Formats: sequence, C-alpha cells, structure tokens
Amino acid sequence: MSGVDYLAPASVADAVSALRASAGSARLMAGGTDLLVQMRGGRAKPEVVIDLKRIPGLMGIRGEGGGFVIGAATSGAALGEHEALKAAWPGVIEAANLIGSTQVQGRASLGGNLCNASPAADGVPALIAAGAVCIIEGPAGAREVQVEKVQAGPGKTTLAADEILLAFRLPPRPARSSDAYLRLIPRTEMDIAVVGVGVSLTLDAGGVCNAARVSVGAVAPTCLLVEAAGVALVGTTLDDAALAKMEAAVSAACRPISDKRGTAEYRTKVACVLARRAALIAKDRANA
Amino acid sequence: MSRMVVNATVNGEPVEFLAGGGQSLLDALRDELRLTGSKEGCGTGDCGACSVIVDGRLVCACLMLAPEAEGTRIETIEGLADNGHLHPLQHQFLEQAALQCGFCTPGLLMASKALLDRNADPTESEVRYWLAGNMCRCTGYDKVVRAVMDAAADLRQAEKPR
Repeated sequence: MSGVDYLAPASVADAVSALRASAGSARLMAGGTDLLVQMRGGRAKPEVVIDLKRIPGLMGIRGEGGGFVIGAATSGAALGEHEALKAAWPGVIEAANLIGSTQVQGRASLGGNLCNASPAADGVPALIAAGAVCIIEGPAGAREVQVEKVQAGPGKTTLAADEILLAFRLPPRPARSSDAYLRLIPRTEMDIAVVGVGVSLTLDAGGVCNAARVSVGAVAPTCLLVEAAGVALVGTTLDDAALAKMEAAVSAACRPISDKRGTAEYRTKVACVLARRAALIAKDRANA
Repeated sequence: MSRMVVNATVNGEPVEFLAGGGQSLLDALRDELRLTGSKEGCGTGDCGACSVIVDGRLVCACLMLAPEAEGTRIETIEGLADNGHLHPLQHQFLEQAALQCGFCTPGLLMASKALLDRNADPTESEVRYWLAGNMCRCTGYDKVVRAVMDAAADLRQAEKPR
C-alpha cells in the first residue's frame, strides 16, 4: 500500500473538491475496515485515500426533529453506547454491532457498510426497514435518498463519483414502535450473513400493526425492501395467517445465488424463518 | 507520494514520526517507533494480534492508517506494565499459563485491558464475546478466559478502600 496519498479534509466542501480533483483515483474512507483490506489484497488501488472522519458531523449522533441523525463514519462501538438511540432503534443497533469483532466495532461504520455495497451487509436491511434516509453531498449541493436506493449491485452504489454520504436520518418514532434484525451464520461470531432480515413496525393502542417495513439481505445482488411483506402485517396482530402471508412475500422477493455458504433454496427458506422471528421480536419490543 | 509528519501520544509519551500515506499504524509502530510488541498475524483485521487502544477504543493497528494517528492517544503492549511491575492481566496470564507460543498474547492482553477498562466485572460470556476477534491457536482459550476473569477480580480487590 505504498505510494498512496492520505488526505483528511476538515470540511465537506474540501472533501468534495479533493474527490473531484482526483478524477476517479481516490477512495473515500470511513472506518477503513473494508477499504484497507481491499487495498492490501490488491482489489482496490487508489492513489489517494480521503479520510472522512475529521469532517464535523460525520462522527457522532444527534437528535433532530424528534428523530436521530447518525454521522456516516460513526463507529459501531459509539452507536452501541448511545442509550437513547438503542432504545428507539434496537434493530438498527444490533445489526451494526454484529459487524466483525470488538476491534472492528471500534472503527466500522454504517456509512461504510452501505457504500461497500455488499449484498450481505448487516447494517443495511436494518436501515432499510427503519426507513432511514441518506444525506448525500455533491458539487450540486445536498440531496436525500432512501437507503434502499443506494446499493446498485455487489460493490456498486448509485452515488455519483463526486458525491459523499454524510449521514443517515432516522425518522421520529411513534409510540409502540420497534425493530429487530436477525442474521444466520454457521457460527456464533465473526462471520458474514448467509441471510439477514430487518423488520420495523408500529402497533396501535389495541396491538394492531399500523405500519411495517421488512428488508432482506444476502438473498439478491442488493439488500431489498420487501414492501408486500410489510403490507401483509399491517392491519393484523401478527397472527399466523399474517405471518404466513409475510413469509410468502419474502419468499417471492428472494433471488439468491447458491454458493459455499448456502444454496438458493436454503437461503430463501431461512429468509422466511428469520422474517417471522424478527417480526415477533419487533412486536414484543413495541409492546414492552 | 509524500511522507507526512505525525504527532501522537504513545504510552503516555509524545512521539513524532514520518508516515507514508498508505502505511498501516501497525507498520509505523513496529518499523518507525520500534515498538515490536504488536504483532502482524493476518493483516486483514481477523486475528487481533495487532490490537492496540486508540483514544480509548480497541482497534486493529493493521486496519488503521498511520497518518490517522495524528493527535491521538495510543496504548500498546509496551505500556501495559508499570515501571517493570506487571499488570494484573500479565500476572494472571503467567499464573494460568494462558499462553504458549505467545504470538497472540500482546493482542489478547490489550483487548482484555480494553474490556476491563469499561467493565470491571464481566461475565464469562462477555469475556468470550469481547475476545472473539483475538485468535489463539495454542491455548484453546479456556486458560485465557480464566486469566481475564481472575485479573478482573484482582483489580476489583485492589480498587477496594482499605
């Protein structure tokens, strides 16, 4: 990794101009837990690394408009220590905290997780289920886009070459709302999801679900929002019939590959099982 | 491809070194500062042998660029003992034979220190999950976990007012 220039701009404007000036030879870095491994393995060969962590707002969590804004480069460890965020969005935080070891948690971020664009990214289905919005800055100014619109395929995003993901906006949470994220791995720690599922929902005073979003990871080239699966839960108390309908919607949305970590059939089946379990966990949390 | 001057605090001492833009913190610690206690096992953040504490956070020094260290406070294995007096973790690792070849030991000790710095009384499960990113191919981990639990008890005892 010799012959690489390191830049740590102190403002978004400086980062955007550095990115433009590099004409495609730069890579943005948040925690670096994917990028530095790719550089070492020769899969990424940037001439310039632009470290985003010195830009105000990229690190840290703040309340805004009744919701939260999470800096894109905020570490998983910092997310896990934020009690209010964890109470409002336990599914987002458990997903972020599943990524890698304690050491990796000290650096890995949700922004990096999304922009690395792995179909198996743990943080992404949870953010999609949460209805999180990306705040993105480019030469033309800022724009906001739903998280599910960002991944374009393995390793690819819809961000322009001169755009930077600054933060995620999590919406205000109505009463009796919660979320959950579950993944399957063949061991207990330190592995990549064979399947991941995020569910976020809101119950009314009578325990009837009035809003739900379901997202699946590692069963398609990108993490998917399964709108029909959320719709299947709305207007129900998550009874068996509703859960079966949700599973059918998840199953229909899955387009997995078969590889050494699981066959397409296995992944599809597991996605349904995890969606059911995650929905019930989210429901219990919303009732608590 | 200029090298840059980096100022940081390592084990309480201010240091200044020249870092390449793509150089890892681990290489800078070992090659520029000659602190060779932190080891390189995998170089990809999987084994934990290069674990150091940066601004209170446990990280893999192989997964951090040296220039990122500007202005940070870094703790390495070389700073764990206090003037030749072993840290309770080091003492318990020796007592319980929690090492054989010793390659993973600096990383395990720093990771364990980071745990005990924030949790004085961890459960065995908490110790095992916390150390899941530190590979050891000799001990089978059991002696390591027992050493950390006992060191935690020693530290709690030492903290008690007499």
